[in-house]
Amino acid sequence: MFKFWASILKEFRLLIRDKVGLALMFIMPITLVIIITNIQNNAFDFIKNKGVNVIVCNNDSGNVSKDFISSLQKTEMFNVINIKKRVCNTEIKKYNALVVIEIPQNYSKQIKNKIKKISNKALINFGLNNDSTIANENILADSIAITFNRSLQNNYRYAINSALQSAMFITENRLLIKELYFEINGKEISESFEKEIINDGNVFKKKITIKDKNKIPNATQHNIPAWTVFAMFFMIISLGGNIVREKLSGNFIRLKILPASYFVSLISKQIIYLLVVVVLVITIFSIGIWIFPLINLPALNMPNNILGLFLVSTVCGLTAISYALCIGVFANTQEQSSGFGAVSIVILAVIGGVFVPPFAMPDSFHLITKFSPFYWSLQAYYDLFLENNKFIDVLINILPLLINIVIFQLIAFIGLKRKNLI
Amino acid sequence: MLALEINNLNFRYKGQANLCLSNINLQINESERFGLFGPNGAGKTTLIYLMTGLLQPISGESMVFGRKIKQRNGVKRLFGFVPQDFAFYEELSLEHNLEYFGAWSGIDKNEIKQRTDELLEILGLTEYRKIAIKKFSGGMKRRVNLAIGVIHKPRILFLDEPTVGVDVQTRHAIINYLKQLNSEGTTLIYTSHLLKEAEDLCEHIALIDEGKVIANNSLVNLLKEYNESGLEGLFLKLTGKAYRD
Repeated sequence: MFKFWASILKEFRLLIRDKVGLALMFIMPITLVIIITNIQNNAFDFIKNKGVNVIVCNNDSGNVSKDFISSLQKTEMFNVINIKKRVCNTEIKKYNALVVIEIPQNYSKQIKNKIKKISNKALINFGLNNDSTIANENILADSIAITFNRSLQNNYRYAINSALQSAMFITENRLLIKELYFEINGKEISESFEKEIINDGNVFKKKITIKDKNKIPNATQHNIPAWTVFAMFFMIISLGGNIVREKLSGNFIRLKILPASYFVSLISKQIIYLLVVVVLVITIFSIGIWIFPLINLPALNMPNNILGLFLVSTVCGLTAISYALCIGVFANTQEQSSGFGAVSIVILAVIGGVFVPPFAMPDSFHLITKFSPFYWSLQAYYDLFLENNKFIDVLINILPLLINIVIFQLIAFIGLKRKNLI
Repeated sequence: MLALEINNLNFRYKGQANLCLSNINLQINESERFGLFGPNGAGKTTLIYLMTGLLQPISGESMVFGRKIKQRNGVKRLFGFVPQDFAFYEELSLEHNLEYFGAWSGIDKNEIKQRTDELLEILGLTEYRKIAIKKFSGGMKRRVNLAIGVIHKPRILFLDEPTVGVDVQTRHAIINYLKQLNSEGTTLIYTSHLLKEAEDLCEHIALIDEGKVIANNSLVNLLKEYNESGLEGLFLKLTGKAYRD
């Protein structure tokens, strides 16, 4: 036991004396988590349907434009910002708007005329009116001008365009039905009947599942765990280097001659780095909870299942440590350990969805992403933050990570045996 | 009593066709100062690794105080090792290094403290005990290397060029301490290219060349047998003057 304690103490002393390594372990993920969350925040908001900011410059004073704006708001896709004055770049930047809609003067009047003409044309076709002069008139009205933010991608433009057209159709259909009803019945349509025939609410019922795997995290819920796990794996530079240094130095020969197993030393290293993982998680999560709101980023809402969070973090940390152990055992030089370690981590992180979240990846990547431990780590965290998982669900989620740990440790053990290190 | 006995030992590294050490037979008495010499690549370090059980022979056996060396856990406690390379954690202080290696050697906290005080006093390092070793001079590091190897008072101490690269004063201190240790019962198995130093320290000599023991006797008898006045002359007579590495 004294050997074990002495080993832990030695590893701790070595770690705290490596101030540059320690600083890198903490400063790198903290910097990344703040920068990337800031960058991704808008994109996540869009994906999460929080609403696209739309500036509406309404030059019309009639009811049709008001009805159109009301329809826009009902789509829940847009955050409508009404502006009276002429829209300029500063306003777009100020409101972070992706679309600008300009409604021309007398728009309501023109639309009403257009509807009246369509209505008459329809009545003639139904055989209820025979005023052919109206039916032959041009039924075009001035268009609404739509300007997209130049940074907006084409697919988003199509989606926004479709939504705007839907809102316009709803407005025009309502007017048309009112007009037709009035022409046929000689009185205004009742509000209840109008609602019955024009359903501008949700057409589709929301699909409710017990566990919605498609729930999407916000930028904070993605980036805090993602960069924490990335930092855990990046400890490979320190831990892998530590093992390689020991292996190459005379220390290793001396330790092998002495009456203790090198396993004691390896377990001590893992315990100390697991402590670093805990400190890392507390630090980065605290930044998400308390610092993010101060810099206008969504605060990290902690899940109710704190024990689950601790378990997930510990298992993620152990996966990272086991991977570092593997690299440390097989690398012949420190350069190999840090070079291969860093490159492989970046690749695994990309595949696993740290940089681009798995839900935003193309379908063809959904299988590949499962080969990265980062993917399983992120899924375990997502489920905790989005589903508030029970303990049993947490255990199921960390199962792939536990398998990863066993595989990495086994590979490291085989490497130690093959290299006659134990 | 025999401290170490090697019988018909053969060894080759993985992937090598030829034997690295062939038919080695050695007997080292308890409390003896045994010198193992040979040109570069002769197999001295490999033989030390085989003696300590770090490597396993393809045939033959080694015994330590009558026990097979394969039962490493039983005999490990008896060994001390001072490698040619510095083998300690330079970032840690001298005291923390001794504490760690002491614990790994199997001695308790009190004994570590007592031995640390004793060794630092003997090797003139007391005032540096709390300083990180990376700040030490080469000579000081050599003394630390030795202190760590003997913290647990081993019964057999392997010394692989323990004084390489040090000044006369440090060499003198190290050799004197090794003699003191030996007088207290520790068997010394020493290897070096510093043959003058070896003459001063070793009572019994084995010369290895090309994986074979070519001479094995007391220093006095060997010098007499080959009619040489010093170890260096004897060495050149038996191994020749051609480069070996």
